[in-house]
Amino acid sequence: MIRVQREDFDVGAEIARLTEGRHEIGGIVTFVGVVRDTAQGDRIRAMTLEHYPGMTEKKLGEIEAEARRRWKLEASLIVHRYGRLEPGERIVLVITASGHRQAAFEACEFLVDWLKIKAPFWKLEETSAGPRWVEAQSGDDAATKRWVAE
Amino acid sequence: MKLLYFAWLRAKIGISEETVELPAGVSTVGELLKWLKRRGPRFADALQDASVVRVAVNQDYVPWDHPVRAGDEVALFPPVTGG
Repeated sequence: MIRVQREDFDVGAEIARLTEGRHEIGGIVTFVGVVRDTAQGDRIRAMTLEHYPGMTEKKLGEIEAEARRRWKLEASLIVHRYGRLEPGERIVLVITASGHRQAAFEACEFLVDWLKIKAPFWKLEETSAGPRWVEAQSGDDAATKRWVAE
Repeated sequence: MKLLYFAWLRAKIGISEETVELPAGVSTVGELLKWLKRRGPRFADALQDASVVRVAVNQDYVPWDHPVRAGDEVALFPPVTGG
């Protein structure tokens, strides 16, 4: 399942809802991305996440489907927020659940790596020096390459 | 055709979306970008470095030689920075 929303999410409630009564699940892995208060040495007051409604949901759905082709997952969830977020606020949630832990660990990392380069989001940081668009990290591309090589 | 602009491309061009007739002689994404660059200083400035412009046609990433047709939804934006 995927969701794109402005409002915050409750990690515990999301895990409970996703896995309730699913006793074939033996391991649940959760990733939560949060807003840092610094970037390139500058203090960040907040960031605004812009996205492409429609394409965002489509790409997140494709990424999730790809993870479920590659690993035997019993359940998965991606929640990505948009709008203005301050340091400490949650941005993204990825939950993967599988019978054994390895699939859940690997699929969760795959989903986080891939959504960074595939999902159409852009971040505008409010820094002490004024607003600044975040540039794509070449490390994000490198992080996804290892999944291609397999 | 519907054109959408995001992030600093939207800020530089000054609008987030518009509807245009498919221009004569434009049949690929690359030709569309060339046509857009000639529409005025804001477009020329926003699109001067094509290496930082990504394009989606009907919500899928496409290369410059991808065809564009009347009725397509074409989005222009910088490399994505989600997560």
